Amino acid sequence: MSYRRLHAVFIKELHHITRDGLSLGMALAVPVMMLLLYGYALSLDVDRVPTLIYDQDGTEASRELVRQFQGSKYFDVRGFADGYGPIERGIDRNDILMGVVIPRNYSRNVSEGRDAAVQILLDGSDSNTASIVLGYAQTVTRDYSVDLRSSMMNKRGGEHSAPPVDARLRVWYNSSLESKNYVVPGLIAVILQIIAALLTSLTIAREWEMGTMEQLLSTPLRPTEIVLGKMMAYFLVGLMDSLVALLVGLFVFGVPLRGSVLLLAVSICVFMFGALCWGIFISATAKSQLLAYQMGLLSSFLPAFLLSGFVYAIETMPPVIQAITYIVPARYVVTIMKGIFLKGVGLSVLWGQLAFLALYAVLVFFRATRKMNQKLV
Amino acid sequence: MWERITVILRKELIQALREPRMRVLLFLPPLIQLLIFGFAVNLDVDHTKIAWMDMDHTPLSRDLRARFEGSGRFDVVAIAASEEDVQRILDHGDAQAVVCVLPEFERDVLRGRPTEVQVLVDGTNSNTASLVSGYSSEVIATFSQSVLAGQQNVRVLTRSPNAAVNLAVPQIDARTRVWFNPDLHSRNYFVPGVIANIIMIVTLMLTALAIVREKEIGTMEQLMVTPIRPLELMLGKTLPFALVGILDVALITGVALLVFRIPLRGSVLLLFACAVLFLMTSLGAGLFLSTISQTQQQAMMANFFFTTPAFMLSGFAFPIHNMPVVVQWLTYLNPLRYFIEIVRGLFLKGVGVSALWPDMAALAVYGVTVLGLSAVRFHKTLD
Repeated sequence: MSYRRLHAVFIKELHHITRDGLSLGMALAVPVMMLLLYGYALSLDVDRVPTLIYDQDGTEASRELVRQFQGSKYFDVRGFADGYGPIERGIDRNDILMGVVIPRNYSRNVSEGRDAAVQILLDGSDSNTASIVLGYAQTVTRDYSVDLRSSMMNKRGGEHSAPPVDARLRVWYNSSLESKNYVVPGLIAVILQIIAALLTSLTIAREWEMGTMEQLLSTPLRPTEIVLGKMMAYFLVGLMDSLVALLVGLFVFGVPLRGSVLLLAVSICVFMFGALCWGIFISATAKSQLLAYQMGLLSSFLPAFLLSGFVYAIETMPPVIQAITYIVPARYVVTIMKGIFLKGVGLSVLWGQLAFLALYAVLVFFRATRKMNQKLV
Repeated sequence: MWERITVILRKELIQALREPRMRVLLFLPPLIQLLIFGFAVNLDVDHTKIAWMDMDHTPLSRDLRARFEGSGRFDVVAIAASEEDVQRILDHGDAQAVVCVLPEFERDVLRGRPTEVQVLVDGTNSNTASLVSGYSSEVIATFSQSVLAGQQNVRVLTRSPNAAVNLAVPQIDARTRVWFNPDLHSRNYFVPGVIANIIMIVTLMLTALAIVREKEIGTMEQLMVTPIRPLELMLGKTLPFALVGILDVALITGVALLVFRIPLRGSVLLLFACAVLFLMTSLGAGLFLSTISQTQQQAMMANFFFTTPAFMLSGFAFPIHNMPVVVQWLTYLNPLRYFIEIVRGLFLKGVGVSALWPDMAALAVYGVTVLGLSAVRFHKTLD
């Protein structure tokens, strides 16, 4: 391998990249766009649930219960219904998510000391939101019920009694439970994977399609030099992208960075090397750009997005799919990013992940050069 | 005219399907996405792994542990003996939460002194964490309630033994009825959305790349010297992919019904009609991308730029009503949003035109505008 020839390919590829300003601009804008969208717009946190209340009872006691819902920050009581009809229509049209029905005999049951029921009607289409809302609704009624019981007990027994056992929750690493703290570190990893695949998957397929591969072949270039040279050029773009993504994450979103910056940089470089090599491997396998793009999407974007544990928790997947996630490199880098950003852990916890990424990068690099070799002869 | 359209249609189909790998790739990604969303993507939290730290070791603390395990939502996978254990377990992510029963727990409870159970939750995944917090406080609250009820009964009894008859204290229950997806499976929510997602990805990108490819390798010039007219070229270029899109819809719907047993409560006919409405927008956007890009690389990047926000602001994975209000308004500009609402309405809610007409109208307006404008622009760039 000659340094001069490597340098020549590197410079040639850089020219390709800088000449196409539109693509380069978009490559740098993609991370910013994705971070802004995810950080500002997307949230799995549920509050202000649009709710409609149907109070059949209409007494002071039932209004007291309604006030519990109105006072909770989790519910946004949109109004009162005078029958089941408006609730059904509201749910059908996605105007409301929940209906609360207080039955006619509610206050009589309560004052006579019988158990009373409140009906909660819930749109279950979005199961995640629905189960969170369900929890809120049960908490509101349970707390109210406990209060009511205690006060009635106290009237009768004359002694104050607080609930004997209380749950004291402490949330570690992300104490305000903000989804941006959870999403942004993982997102940076996913962005790197996407950029790497988008950038490199076309690079060799394009040379084949345009016929310039023949020209490259007639030069004394060796496959390793072509792969490395092309990769170094895209590595630069990838580094700029990671820098942009990190800065936006830290300064625009204020995501805490608790661990070592050096470890972060090393992990990003190792991961990017592997991801770029994978893109080049695909590009050398597929001879058309369309095919390369599709393969890139399928083999990098989808797994990185869905199987890396970036939003969708791996623990809840069925065992077979959990086993598959072990061969998705993005999974390891997402773990590393979240570990460094949120938990502030170091190499002693993350060495396994980093070792896998390094191994993956080396393997894919040799696969890519082998593939080039086969294509050349 | 029809003769020329069929010629270009056939050319396009041959080109798209000539390469065996391409044939596979037209239908494999939809299936893979479907399988992942059907099997893997799951926001439901059950069987959360927790670690247990019992510093009390009494019947009451064991009773609490039994309640956690009996709730069906928690699996105790580790026993922590010290603070360091807790730290290590959470750092390595071995458990989602650690429940700590402090010393003297039973004594305090029996003496009627309020006491606490500590729950340390790993907040890295905020969604799971809030579900886990909710579930664990529920378990503890129920436990507390049963302890309280026992205590109060004892107290009232000792105070006035004759009042035992008058013990009834009301309890208010929330009786929940969940509509449309009573078992709360994520799958039922995600899989219908995949249909919308896939058609957009497949048709938009294929159309754009197919046209730009001709520009890039120079065969566009050859097409221009044939007697074919721009309109015919456009129809010939878009119709094959419309066909692929419709086939993908049929494929995914079939798998959703047969493999995943997702209920389809509405009309199949309406589903396909709405898919055609949406295809107009999607193909139009593909044409538009082909007019602004010169190389396939540009088309691909531009495509990414269009589809990512469309995907993220569609309510497919992230509920729209959780977004900030301003962003919620933005989603009304997104045609995919309407289509996803229609697909979910049809599959889960079984609603018909009476509930869906606003969405359908929006899609129709979008389709006609986008396709019309892109066609005009396409026409111009050819001249």
